[in-house]
Amino acid sequence: MMSAYLDFIRMRFLMMLAYRVNYYSGIIIYAINIGAYYFLWKAIYGSQETLAGFSIDQMTTYLAISWMARAFYFNNLDRDIANEIRDGSVAIQMIRPYNYLIVKLMQGFGEGLFRFLLFMIPGLAIVCFIFPVDLPTDPVVWLTYLAMLVFSFLINSQLNIMTGLFAFFVENNEGLMRMKRVMVDLFSGVIIPIAFFPGWLSSVMNWLPFQAITYLPSSIFTGRTPLAEAGSVFIIQLTWLVVLLIPIVVMWRAARQRLFVQGG
Amino acid sequence: MRYMKLMLEYLKNYVKSRMTYRADFWIEVISDLLQQGMNLIFILIVFQHTPLLGGWTQSEVIFVYGFFMVPFGVFNTFFNIWNFGERYIVKGEMDRVLTRPAHSLYQVLLENMDPPSLFGSIVGMIVMAVCWLEMGLTLQAIDIVVFIVLVLGAVFIYGGIYTALSALSFYSDSPTGIVPLMYNIQNYGRYPVNIYNKLIRFVLTWILPFAFVGIIPASYFLEPKEDDISKLALLTPVVGLVVLGIGLFIWNRGVKRYRGAGS
Repeated sequence: MMSAYLDFIRMRFLMMLAYRVNYYSGIIIYAINIGAYYFLWKAIYGSQETLAGFSIDQMTTYLAISWMARAFYFNNLDRDIANEIRDGSVAIQMIRPYNYLIVKLMQGFGEGLFRFLLFMIPGLAIVCFIFPVDLPTDPVVWLTYLAMLVFSFLINSQLNIMTGLFAFFVENNEGLMRMKRVMVDLFSGVIIPIAFFPGWLSSVMNWLPFQAITYLPSSIFTGRTPLAEAGSVFIIQLTWLVVLLIPIVVMWRAARQRLFVQGG
Repeated sequence: MRYMKLMLEYLKNYVKSRMTYRADFWIEVISDLLQQGMNLIFILIVFQHTPLLGGWTQSEVIFVYGFFMVPFGVFNTFFNIWNFGERYIVKGEMDRVLTRPAHSLYQVLLENMDPPSLFGSIVGMIVMAVCWLEMGLTLQAIDIVVFIVLVLGAVFIYGGIYTALSALSFYSDSPTGIVPLMYNIQNYGRYPVNIYNKLIRFVLTWILPFAFVGIIPASYFLEPKEDDISKLALLTPVVGLVVLGIGLFIWNRGVKRYRGAGS
């Protein structure tokens, strides 16, 4: 059984590889975005040394690593699932002898592996070349960060799966998917580190899963959060990983009761 | 006149088809606004940490953003042609368009009209009004006329650039990634251009004139800054006409080259 699931990783990876040219322009797009925010933040800092605990160099590094992490963990599982629900092919998938959601996650892994090797790593290299990014010198920081990145991927995929499953309950969840994407970008800290948020908003963020996707790992990477606190970051990520399983299982159970295919 | 009637007919059809998914319509409006809201939140949060951004105050930067939202909403309503290459060239729908007497671009634009985007323009005007009051500017009748002309110019710039990009599908099978590339570059135009380095500033003003859809025309209404880009503001409609002209030229030449999808 396991080997069947592993095969889904391999297949998706190879499929992505066939379309790799599309992602070359992706690297440029990310570099453009990082550039826009780099100049903005430089103007924001002006003559100030540090803001919200970030020095300007840390901020540049934060920008680079956060966007490149997004390049890795981003996927369209929500759209995949929603499309399969809408066109009815989910019904065929459900009678096959595997768990649909695990298959989706495996396909996500395949895409993630591709994005990591051919998007995030070359992207980071290029960005470091253009902008004054301070990469950490301690290999422990790198390893810790990579481990956290796996959780980022998992939590983001869980949110995507949840959003996709909503297609079972509403006829068209296009708007919902877009809203989710905006929320993840803003609240996970890709656009602004959560430390910059006004007090009330950052305390709200402490109770939401988004910060575990980008903000917490990137803060470790830039050195704003000392390595000694990495343990508590892992605990937060692990907690959300477990907590988010609950709505997914509940939705999946309820969904099977009321599958309703439009047309088809 | 005939073109106006066509527009009304398309609009009627649009309303009919959209009313099937009524709830979704509102979700789309809200998610669009949320996306814009994200950028406003960014500005608000940023100004908690600095009084000025490249010499511009919070009200001014938000005003610029509000201005930008107006042409952007109009543009999204009438130039919703992101998937032109995919839908019209690869799938061959362009054949159908070309058999009809109205101009091909006009038909394509109307078929893809997206009126919910206009809510963004309305919100943009509200944002501008709030900042206007906050800054205590005076309003004269001429300002409204100038505003309309500047917005039209800005819409033309966007329209021209994206028409040209869509028309690339006539020349190349898969111009992958250029449209999203442009979409991300345009973000630079929402903020004061003087924060960028010289090269980027030059590109944004004269090559890909995204500065002319936000910061430059909006500065017309604000106090002049050191580099005084507001002097360029009244050039907006001229730049708009030039860019739209280039876009139309590339489109029309592309249509002549079009040979159909084959099948």
